[in-house]
Amino acid sequence: METTTLQMFWYVLLGILLAGYAILDGFDLGVGILHPLAKDDRERRVMMNSIGPLWDGNEVWLVVFGGALFAAFPVAYAAAFSGLYLAFMLLLFCLIFRGVSMEFRSKRPERLWRKFWDFAFCASSTLATFLFGVAVGNSMHGLPLGADGDFVSSVSLRQMLHPFPVCVGLFAVTAFALHGAIYLNMKTEGELHKRIRRWMWTCFWLFLFMYIVVTVFAVLAIPRATASFRNHPWAWIIVILNVLAIANIPRAIYLGRPLRAFLTSACVIAAFTFLFGLALYPNLIVSSISPEYDLSIPRAASTEKTLGIMAIIAFLGMPFVLSYTAVIYWVFRGKVVLHDDSY
Amino acid sequence: MEVEVLSRIQFAMTIMFHYLFPPLSIGLGLLMVFMEGLYLKTGDRQYHVMTKFWSRIFAANFAMGVATGIVMEFQFGTNWANYSRFVGDVFGSALAAEGIFAFFLESGFLAVLVFGWDRVSKKMHFFATCMVSLGSIFSAVWIIIANSWMQTPAGHIIDSVQNRAVIVDFWALVFNPSSMIRLFHTLMGAFILGAFFVMSISAFYVLKNRHLDFAKKSFTIALIFGTTCSLIMMFSGDLQAREVGFHQPAKLAAFEGVFKTKPGPTGMYLFGWPNTETETVAGVEVPYLLTFLMYRDFKTPIMGLDRFRPEDRPPVKIPFMTYHLMIGLGGFFVGVTLLASYLLWRGTLFQTRWLMWVFVFAVLGAYVANQAGWVSAEVGRQPFIVYPKVVQRADGMFDMIGGMRTVDGLSNRKVVVAGQVLTSIILFTLVYILLFAVFVFVLNTKIQHGPDEPHEPHEPSPLPAGGAGASGGGAGTDFLNAAATLVDRHGQTLASNEGENQKEEGR
Ligand code: HDD
Ligand code: HEM
Ligand code: HEM
Repeated sequence: METTTLQMFWYVLLGILLAGYAILDGFDLGVGILHPLAKDDRERRVMMNSIGPLWDGNEVWLVVFGGALFAAFPVAYAAAFSGLYLAFMLLLFCLIFRGVSMEFRSKRPERLWRKFWDFAFCASSTLATFLFGVAVGNSMHGLPLGADGDFVSSVSLRQMLHPFPVCVGLFAVTAFALHGAIYLNMKTEGELHKRIRRWMWTCFWLFLFMYIVVTVFAVLAIPRATASFRNHPWAWIIVILNVLAIANIPRAIYLGRPLRAFLTSACVIAAFTFLFGLALYPNLIVSSISPEYDLSIPRAASTEKTLGIMAIIAFLGMPFVLSYTAVIYWVFRGKVVLHDDSY
Repeated sequence: MEVEVLSRIQFAMTIMFHYLFPPLSIGLGLLMVFMEGLYLKTGDRQYHVMTKFWSRIFAANFAMGVATGIVMEFQFGTNWANYSRFVGDVFGSALAAEGIFAFFLESGFLAVLVFGWDRVSKKMHFFATCMVSLGSIFSAVWIIIANSWMQTPAGHIIDSVQNRAVIVDFWALVFNPSSMIRLFHTLMGAFILGAFFVMSISAFYVLKNRHLDFAKKSFTIALIFGTTCSLIMMFSGDLQAREVGFHQPAKLAAFEGVFKTKPGPTGMYLFGWPNTETETVAGVEVPYLLTFLMYRDFKTPIMGLDRFRPEDRPPVKIPFMTYHLMIGLGGFFVGVTLLASYLLWRGTLFQTRWLMWVFVFAVLGAYVANQAGWVSAEVGRQPFIVYPKVVQRADGMFDMIGGMRTVDGLSNRKVVVAGQVLTSIILFTLVYILLFAVFVFVLNTKIQHGPDEPHEPHEPSPLPAGGAGASGGGAGTDFLNAAATLVDRHGQTLASNEGENQKEEGR
């Protein structure tokens, strides 16, 4: 079966939604990972409020990604979600706790109450990030997809934790922590700001280390990832740009250009998403059992009619989404100031 | 236990928990639009305080709605994989549209609504409130369309090679026979809940003699709105029931406990207890009523469950009980809001303490009615997850053609096993109990804290008279005008309570 233009369009659009999610929710997950480093209650509130008005809108990117995957590639949606059942449940619990911990934390003065929600906020952010990474690692590695387009058996959490996915998981944690620190660098001032600059450097070195580990690991152990570069040599451009972007992060931090550092780290995350999509292409899920069972784009896709209708929906909706997202980021620009309405 | 039973329990549990929150968002959201509109219109700071107070409660409720909604989005894939494969082509687009059109709108502007009080102008803030309300209504629109397609499928054909439903006509899907009727009904249900919620807390303040001016104004707005919606609900419920009767006759038979088809007109039970062994109902029956409501005549019999093959029949007990509960509560809402409106007009409403107490608790009834309505709608369509075409044969029996049975919608047994589902049910139960307790606790904190006093120094000064008129125009403003006049008049009737108001301000 040939891949049609519309199918390709949706493959790319899903990639864009995923990248949008990783960039946007990436920084608020990162803030969650760094949360325990704050020294006192005021600092914790500043950190939470830096993402307070934004995190929910960011999470919608994931919701839309899920809906779009369901509509455009229902076969892949069904196979992946049922096959990775418990991992997804765990992820759902993390997302539940994250949302409510921000809403509830500062509603009561008791220390124990705040400690509990602080813990929930940090743990759920970190675990969710790690699970995203593990999921990416596993999909690059291949999942036990059988001939009928369904998994041959369920994948337990333990089976998901191979060395490679674990490395990708840790890499994701460092990448989002870095992204979050760079974001906080823009949003804070005073003493907290000084310390955040130190965290930023630590995060950067950890991130660099994990980047090298994952790259070497992928080249050595994941033949498919390298194969796609042989088929698409132009993709090297992205790799090189990505390396340059990574190098630009410390430069921008050093030069004291917080916004530029943030945009650069957003580009880095986008590039990683792109490379991930390329490693899978032309499949949505690759089978660890036999390449014949791979769930290719045409096999997983909905009909052309549905893809066309959805494309119209996307073209109608996305300009609105982008414009009011921009408006809202504009309204909440600048340093965090705590007041009555804050978390 | 079987995977089927467990997956159904899990779905029912998670969606019912989710559905505790959205209706309040939808109802309260619209009420906040009225309140803030009145603020812009009249410049009365009390309305500003009011919008702010309710928006805090809205935010807590919204967070719960979001947290539980994400579970819903992914559950079709985890627990109902075969269903997802079967319907993805039709059903998925509604879900994706919901995200793009509704959730972005809602979550984005909620930020401005909650955190933006002193970052944007008043008009921009009002605009944000309107968008949040619109967004929450939109999310109901798309999800209800998706659900209605499962109840009365249209606009698709079945591709038997790939075994899936394939879209042929998008607009037929959107305007399937039950979607607009159901949307109207669920929105009214949500509005009623919003109104009763505001009335409940306001009545509590009135009883405790706290924040009187705030409480009375909030109560009045909610009462006008609640009375209107409760009355409309009667009409909407009738539409809804007839739609069910035409498209899902087995469901109607289960609702009304019609086990056997009898010649001549069928009566309707006001309340009762169906006995599935003896196939009888013990209760109070009004003769002719069901036939009249369905066909507007006094002779056509209602088809009973005996006209369906045993394997096509829905359970009876749960739909019957929940359906009658919903209708009973609907009647109660009409009665109690009409009574309160009358007393408001007489000027004695806020002295009628027993009625205030009724309103404090009536909100629970609104929650129950919403839940009961869904349980009856969903259990009544069993054993199908996508409803088949219903055709009556010459001998009077019904054939059910096509559709998908609930059992066939599950994930493959080799992939998702009972243990996994059970584990997640246990975890969900624990997490939801915890969340619910926390939510109630936080809500209580907010209620105890109460609204801010309207005369704080950092409040922006009221609008110059007529300043807001420029923005709106059209029907919306007319309504607000009308509401404002009503409330003004009400303010005058309250002049006799001036003493109380003074006491309130004195604190
Ligand atoms: C405050 C809430 C509320 C109230 C007072 C009522 N309903 Fe309702 N009803 C709902 C809230 C609701 C709901 C939660 O919105 C449901 C669930 C599914 C749906 O479409 O709407 C529903 C479903 C529902 C159904 C099933 C639709 C289906 O299965 O497809 C019928 C026949 C009625 N309603 C009829 C009525 C009647 C005759 C009422 C009498 C006044 C009434 N409802 C009051
Ligand atoms: C678009 C919206 C909805 C969809 C797509 C949907 C779909 C489903 C599905 C797939 C099931 C499982 C199969 C079954 O047991 O019937 C189900 C069952 C159920 N749903 Fe819905 N539902 C929706 C809305 C709701 C809402 C809002 C509620 C209530 C708050 C609700 C209440 C239930 C209940 C109680 C069951 C269990 C029925 C049983 O156990 O027999 N549903 N629904
Ligand atoms: C099975 C069906 C359902 C699914 C898959 C679903 C999905 C979701 C998701 C993912 C969210 C979070 C959005 C965000 O992150 O901002 C959400 C919230 C919401 N949902 Fe649902 N939902 C379902 C049923 C319903 C029903 C039946 C209604 C209303 C009639 C509804 C109304 C809302 C509203 C208004 C919100 C915003 C949050 C809130 O106001 O509490 N949903 N839903």
